[in-house]
Amino acid sequence: MTDLRKTVAIVGVDESDEIGKVPDKSNLTHHAEAAYNALEDAGMSIKDVNGLFTAGTSTLNLAEYLGIEPSFTDTTAVGGSSFIIHIAHAMAAINAGYCDVALVTHGEAGRSRRSRPGGDDADPGSQFETPYGFLGAPINYAMAARRYMHQYGEEYARQGMAEVAVATRKWAQLNPKAYMKDDMSFDDYHNSRWISEPFHLFDCCLVTDAGGAYVITSAERAKDAKKKPVWVLGAAESHDHNLISQMPDLTRTVAKNTGPAALERSGVTHDDIDLSMIYDSFTYTVLATLESLGFCGPGEAPDFVADQRTAPGGDFAMNTSGGGLSYTHSGMYGMFLVLEAVRQLRGECGDRQLDDPKLCLINGTGGSLSSTGTTVLAID
Amino acid sequence: MAYNKPIPVPQGESDVYWQKAKEHELWLRKCNACDNAYFYPRDISPCCFSKDTDWIRASGKASLFTYGIVQRAPHPGFVDDVPFVTAIVELEEGPKMATNIVIDNPTFDNLQIGMDLEVVFEDITDELALPKFKPV
Ligand SMILES: [Zn+2]
Repeated sequence: MTDLRKTVAIVGVDESDEIGKVPDKSNLTHHAEAAYNALEDAGMSIKDVNGLFTAGTSTLNLAEYLGIEPSFTDTTAVGGSSFIIHIAHAMAAINAGYCDVALVTHGEAGRSRRSRPGGDDADPGSQFETPYGFLGAPINYAMAARRYMHQYGEEYARQGMAEVAVATRKWAQLNPKAYMKDDMSFDDYHNSRWISEPFHLFDCCLVTDAGGAYVITSAERAKDAKKKPVWVLGAAESHDHNLISQMPDLTRTVAKNTGPAALERSGVTHDDIDLSMIYDSFTYTVLATLESLGFCGPGEAPDFVADQRTAPGGDFAMNTSGGGLSYTHSGMYGMFLVLEAVRQLRGECGDRQLDDPKLCLINGTGGSLSSTGTTVLAID
Repeated sequence: MAYNKPIPVPQGESDVYWQKAKEHELWLRKCNACDNAYFYPRDISPCCFSKDTDWIRASGKASLFTYGIVQRAPHPGFVDDVPFVTAIVELEEGPKMATNIVIDNPTFDNLQIGMDLEVVFEDITDELALPKFKPV
């Protein structure tokens, strides 16, 4: 494979103007505000943009709204991981010369517009899962978490899930933009109501209104940007099922392939990583992902995250924004993993800023643990 | 009260499955290239990408592979059912399928992964019956 390390850089990131509960703004409003803000962060104009990427709506809809005519267009939509996978696609497109300034946007009024995306009647899920009430992520992901508990021990797995929930909330308390900032004790976690057993309320991500965007460009154009470029070292993507009942192994995501591949393409190892941004749709997602990525072995994640190791001050920095569990989660949260990674590498994170991080691994998960995208970002 | 949960819409590849379900029989597709049954029904097998496939009648025996107990209804049709059990079961013939476990007062204690199950059918409309499973 061609060595693409540091051929492209992320030069602008931002959220939409307001996130959390924003009753009067549509999906597209969040897309556009985030695009505006990310371009300003990059010191670039909408006129510079010639590659357009999104998920959740067509780039036809988005480009018309933004008033641009892209020379490269990509609506890859494989769930919340899409915006991580777009990094890889932009890297390929820019290196192939199809575009040189790519804009990737997300916007979802997940809280204020609660309509569930309707499936196509002809799809297998409409016949073989939804009639049984397999509707929504908490129910689907619960299948996987229960299986994990069976394989590795219920109390052991539960403690790992609690550690993740409590540690992530501590990070959120340091992020002014976080939605949930109340103290959370272990008792609060264990006493929170059941949603879909084995998931308590505090195992589940938020449902908020939010948008986000980033600008990714060639090494050449990155020189014109306002801020230091955040380099893309390497990336990988995959998926192995759509319906949860068809998942080959409920305790292993395809991060088992994309993690090692992204690290190898980046020329770095697990030990080199200063910050891990891991899609936390559920506490369980984090456990399965850390194992699949190879930070620890199968069944070892509860030990790996024990004693608040991922909390502020711990020796494994993870989800420093407060994550989908406590900062924001509009529906397809992957975008926000990128925003935090870039801000930490640039040193813009205020009270939650890590000490001079150089390398960040991002792993997005989409669908019903169906797809993953892994990428490694670096700053000089 | 009228049945108001999502209702399956049979497709060409699944007409036989739903017709047999209406007769309270569970039928699967089998790949003749490798002799394995698979789920859900497809004309071309997912194991070998083979068109040499048959329909076979399943025994209706299964074991519990994993499950969740749903406390918050995900759709108005399920409000009167909570708590109810969503499950993935492993059929005796090998394939896994999504279903519900028919059981009163579900708990982690009375639902043991690996427990034996058998198929039962719920007639949901004049044309359709839904295969579910209950502990043996
Ligand atoms: Zn076969």
